[in-house]
Amino acid sequence: MPKVPGLFKGLGVTLNTLKRTVIDGANTVQYPHEKEAPPTRARGVIALHEGNCTSCMLCVRSCPDWCIYIEGHKEMAPPRRAGGKPRQVNKLDRFDIDYALCMYCGICVDVCPFDALFWSPEYEYSEPKIADLLHDKAKLSEWMETVPEAPALEVGAEKKGKK
Amino acid sequence: MTSTESLIDRRQLAYIASQAADARLNVELETDGMTLNIGPQHPATHGTLRIIAHLDGEQVVWAEPSCGYMHRGYEKLTEVRTYPQVTSLVNRIDWLGSFANEVPFILAAEKLMGIEAPPRAQWIRTILFELSRIANVSLFLGDLGVQLGAITPVFMAFRDREHVLNLIEATTGGRFHPNFDRIGGLKDDLPAGFIDETRAVMKTLRNFCTEIEDLLFGNEIFQSRTRGIGVIPKDIAMQYGLSGANARASGIDWDLRRDQSLPMAWDKVDWKVWTHPDGDSFARCWIRLQEVRESTRIVDQLLDNIPAGPIMAKVPRIIKVPEGEAWVSTENPLGEMGYYVVSKGDLGPFRTKIRSASFNNISIVPWILKGVYVPDIITILASLYFILGDIDR
Amino acid sequence: MIALLAADLPYWAQTLLRILGGLVAVLLPAGTIVYLFLFKMMSFMQSRLGPMEAGPYGSMQLFAEVGKWLQKEDITPARADRVIFKIAPLVVLASTFLLVAVVPFGPDAWFTNFEAGVFYLLAVSSVSVLGILMAGWSSANKYSLLGGLRAAGQLIAYELPMVLAVIGVIIQAGTMNLQGIVVAQNGGEIFGWNGLGNPYILTQFTGFIIFMIAVQAELTQTPFDMPIAESELVSGYMTEYSGFRFLTFFIAEFATAGVFSLIASVLFLGGWGVPFAWFDWKSIDDVSDWMNVVGPLIMFTKMMVLAFVIMWVRFSYPRFREDQLQRFAWKVLIPISLVNIMITAILKVAF
Repeated sequence: MPKVPGLFKGLGVTLNTLKRTVIDGANTVQYPHEKEAPPTRARGVIALHEGNCTSCMLCVRSCPDWCIYIEGHKEMAPPRRAGGKPRQVNKLDRFDIDYALCMYCGICVDVCPFDALFWSPEYEYSEPKIADLLHDKAKLSEWMETVPEAPALEVGAEKKGKK
Repeated sequence: MTSTESLIDRRQLAYIASQAADARLNVELETDGMTLNIGPQHPATHGTLRIIAHLDGEQVVWAEPSCGYMHRGYEKLTEVRTYPQVTSLVNRIDWLGSFANEVPFILAAEKLMGIEAPPRAQWIRTILFELSRIANVSLFLGDLGVQLGAITPVFMAFRDREHVLNLIEATTGGRFHPNFDRIGGLKDDLPAGFIDETRAVMKTLRNFCTEIEDLLFGNEIFQSRTRGIGVIPKDIAMQYGLSGANARASGIDWDLRRDQSLPMAWDKVDWKVWTHPDGDSFARCWIRLQEVRESTRIVDQLLDNIPAGPIMAKVPRIIKVPEGEAWVSTENPLGEMGYYVVSKGDLGPFRTKIRSASFNNISIVPWILKGVYVPDIITILASLYFILGDIDR
Repeated sequence: MIALLAADLPYWAQTLLRILGGLVAVLLPAGTIVYLFLFKMMSFMQSRLGPMEAGPYGSMQLFAEVGKWLQKEDITPARADRVIFKIAPLVVLASTFLLVAVVPFGPDAWFTNFEAGVFYLLAVSSVSVLGILMAGWSSANKYSLLGGLRAAGQLIAYELPMVLAVIGVIIQAGTMNLQGIVVAQNGGEIFGWNGLGNPYILTQFTGFIIFMIAVQAELTQTPFDMPIAESELVSGYMTEYSGFRFLTFFIAEFATAGVFSLIASVLFLGGWGVPFAWFDWKSIDDVSDWMNVVGPLIMFTKMMVLAFVIMWVRFSYPRFREDQLQRFAWKVLIPISLVNIMITAILKVAF
């Protein structure tokens, strides 16, 4: 077979792509009308399970750019069993994540010892004003609904005991 | 210009010369050089690199890269961050192949601690390393077209690179900045379906390579633009410390994946290190094209037999790296990337020296740009392939 | 159409008609080329859909773009040569309008019909060089200057192969009148066979290829877009322009692509005509009046085919370097076209 000059081959590639786009449709997604679902592990937004948080400040300290703000106070809770001593619990007053600063590294979710933070693949929370990117406790708790189950693992994976 | 003059001197001289040229312009009709600032904001530098070029007509008399517009101080930042935090910082260095940035740092820390990741973690690390190489270099192949005036290849590159990014996202959760590597192993195991999906994607990528070869590399115009342009002889490449595909295109048969033994899985599979004797721009681009193909082969073979087992070695929850110093470098998409980690037994490193490939690769720019034409500046810069984050850190 | 009505209309009405006709003849192909080829075909070649939001399938996108450009501030750089900077885009656009003046769209549908049509055409096509050079020089920008100089060198170098390629056509047709060339093609015959007439793309194929390459260079489209070269010279001579003046350059670029396709279809593809033998027409006087309506449509179709080729090449190729481009013009195109002229002349005398 004689060698096709590269110039014509190049034209052929673009024409093939043209044909494929016309027949099979484009590879792009028309975003606001149709959406691609991000994978379950995607790091979209951090959700807070408020009940689990003990305001231990581990996430605050491990955040590389200090975008988490926690304030809390200690409170006496009624005893678990009748006749027991009242327990001391940490009450969460403020839990804010500033998504304008967050770099989505996921360290806070990793270090949390009480499973209070989760990743949600939700990504549509842009705001016209940068100050509105500071999500407070209530908003972070709302994201909890969007947290998916952890995906199944590939063959040969060892089930881990913790988390 | 003699080599004894520093960068500052040259810059001042260039400024004085250009001022004098302006003053003389209306006095007499003498031909005088023109200083052209390519960058810091310029479509061809994909970032904020500035090339000061002194031109005579369209020919470059001398040129000097001036970097530092995007300096983010990572070496200093590592001194005040803990090891897990540093991992998330360093994958911003070469942002197109970010997983590859984490690996040498983690390996250095593991070397200091005297532990080794379990085999399954090593294999997954290698797979992700090669995936990030594909993500990086396939974008280079498309971008190359844009630099030379062909607009279509870059869209093809983005189209097929998307699949690789999807794989990385499905595994690590981050498209660009995985932050997946941990001291002693990996954060998580592969999600179900990863192997089959990766096989399909590798097939797409090989098609993409063929397409790019037909569209760009086979094109006579492309060849006339790149062949014989920006030739780097072997000894010059050695002297300037080039690494990666730039060195291999000059005939230096040197690949850290093959030439050093790391706790990674490259030595378990069959692949080839490509070299090219020419050392010109075409050779550099061609080597990268072959590298994408080799990477798809490596990934395919690695997928065949991932060992079962844990993905995390036994490490304490709060990691304190024992005192000592370690140097680990790997063959990153852009060339040799290494970390020299000094530890004083703290939560974070005491000092880290980052050896990034692009910074050394563009050091050859003043030498190589002497006497070329303005369009060739772009060709040569594109074929040297740097990433600004990798230069300025 | 113009000539049909010209007989019984006052001068001002004729002029108005001509201006309106010229606007349609320039802007309609430009708009169609931009939408069909720049927006849609390019996107499809890159596996995407292109603009989809403005109007059905993004068909109103061009108007949105025009609206956007009109809203932008008309910036003049501080050290620019203000007057020249401001009129430069208009000079480029004027060249396009001057070009369309001699193109025949039908047996009686033309703006002007004068004998040295081809000569005039080749002359005014180089007016745009002046505009580009003015833009490059007056912008007070090094990139613009380099782009302007490159453009000047390139456009002058490619003017020559274009002229030489057309000479073959002129020899064969025996006239420089564009209408005459159309008639000669459709009424002609190839070695006694007149089923297709004699479109010069068949007998002057070399000339056609050279002409199209030269047109590609005249339009500064890839692979000859060194003067614009957005990856090295940012946008060449257009770097400093914004708003309305950039829009003018933009329209001029694609309108000229359309007009050159029209000219190429007149010179090589038989223009508005169908082979006269199909309807037993002997000369232009026999041609039916309905050709004045069908003719422009035929022209438009031919123009779209040629514009498709121009744009297809544009989206597939990387660009030449300045010296390679000059070498290609002087060492390859010009010798071939000279040989082509010689062979054409010999054959013309022999048969």
